[in-house]
Amino acid sequence: MKRIAYVLGLPVVLFAAWFLISAGSENFYAPPLRDILQSFGKTWTLDRLDADVLPSLLRLAAGYALASVIGVALGVAIGLSRGLRATVEPVLEFFRAIPPPVLVPVIMLFAGIGDGMKIIVIVFGCVWPVLLNTVEGVRAVDSVQLDTAKAYGIGGPARIREVILPAASPQIVAGLRQALSIAIILMVISEMFAASNGLGFTIVQFQRSFAIPEMWSGIILLGLLGFLLSLLFRLAERRALRWYHGLRSVVRGR
Amino acid sequence: MLEVHGLRKTYKSGRREVEALRDLTFTVDTGELVCLVGPSGCGKTTLLRCIAGLLEPSGGKISLDGHEVSGPAPGLAMVFQEYGRSLFPWMSVRDNVELPLKQKKLPRTRRAELVEEALGAVGLAGTESAYPWQLSGGMQQRVAIARAVAYEPSTLLMDEPFAAVDAQTRADLEDLVRALWRRLGVTVLFITHDIDEAVYLGQRVVMLSSSPTVVQDEVTVDLPADRDQLHTRADPRFTELRTHVYEQIQQAKLSQAL
Repeated sequence: MKRIAYVLGLPVVLFAAWFLISAGSENFYAPPLRDILQSFGKTWTLDRLDADVLPSLLRLAAGYALASVIGVALGVAIGLSRGLRATVEPVLEFFRAIPPPVLVPVIMLFAGIGDGMKIIVIVFGCVWPVLLNTVEGVRAVDSVQLDTAKAYGIGGPARIREVILPAASPQIVAGLRQALSIAIILMVISEMFAASNGLGFTIVQFQRSFAIPEMWSGIILLGLLGFLLSLLFRLAERRALRWYHGLRSVVRGR
Repeated sequence: MLEVHGLRKTYKSGRREVEALRDLTFTVDTGELVCLVGPSGCGKTTLLRCIAGLLEPSGGKISLDGHEVSGPAPGLAMVFQEYGRSLFPWMSVRDNVELPLKQKKLPRTRRAELVEEALGAVGLAGTESAYPWQLSGGMQQRVAIARAVAYEPSTLLMDEPFAAVDAQTRADLEDLVRALWRRLGVTVLFITHDIDEAVYLGQRVVMLSSSPTVVQDEVTVDLPADRDQLHTRADPRFTELRTHVYEQIQQAKLSQAL
């Protein structure tokens, strides 16, 4: 009970403050929250969720999943091979330093403006934290664990599946968490450039047609969506890394 | 049977060479329990890693049951000193014991049998679904021993397995190792820096010199096979053997200092 109060406390206060402060607002660009909430219900109908939110989420899911698979697979390969690491690390640092939104126009040139382009943009942005965290996680696997696996004849795919990946999983999950917020940002940005549907597209449309309360309602929806996704992520993480959090609390308790 | 012949290991770091093992020759007969003791830093762990096939020797030969060791051998199981790092914390006790058996492609029912037997033998029945880190240090080392036993090795290597547990737990685990050894008839090579432990456990004690390591001396422990912590350790013969081993180790240290 107390925890829920802590979680909800500040958002409730902020929302109430926004509501009260904006109540008498005459500013066209910052309408009263009451108006925004009214337009929220009217704007985000089932039809619109289906036409705009769903495509966004599908692209997000596709890009995020692809980036995760590529990032973990490459990360394991690079983490396990010293030679490969020495070769590709400088290049990785370079690519990672490029802000992904810059690439949207470039990717548009050869991938068009369809779903493919948006998914590529999301993959390009998300893959780095996953990849680099996986490399670090794989490199940091305890040498005694590796010796144990070797001494008991655990090699090949079983070594990766049963030892390397679980041992690196706390780091990998940290990378996945960073990647999730990047994915949401890139989903919106890629739709703002060129799209015919999607959340980012709709919000820009509202802004250009001076439908200001609707625009704000879209931003609130995006915030809620991000919050919900990170909540889901936390739940999944708690399940997958139960051993890790348990182990850490034991070590700390000693 | 484990045969180590003329084993040599030098580490190279840049242009410097460090000679860890100079010339080691000893054998452990099938079904024998031999303890290796040496002064600290004498390359005990290097030796064990060579025998386990985790480290390539610079010279000499190791053979296990007649086959030369060139990598981890299927007939050999190892218990590491660092039980907390050797057990996989993301797996339950059962899965930790079972994983090497899966790798051996044993059928599911046989695996379940072996896991149950092994955990029962080390007195851990009922902890199957716990995570290792939920157990005490002594219990974790029991899990590691169960994992080794379930693997059905002909030879068991133990690398200072009780160095990190408290004295009382240690006495219990020593008795456990003797009991398992007598029951299973497995060949055991037990490495320790504790002279009392070596004499209490072994049928034979091999003493190593300081690094670069050679075999300093060997002594047969002619104590009765039925040993217990109270009487064996009070036996005058135990004290004699212990004194002998102690003197040899001291000499080894001294000859290095000169």
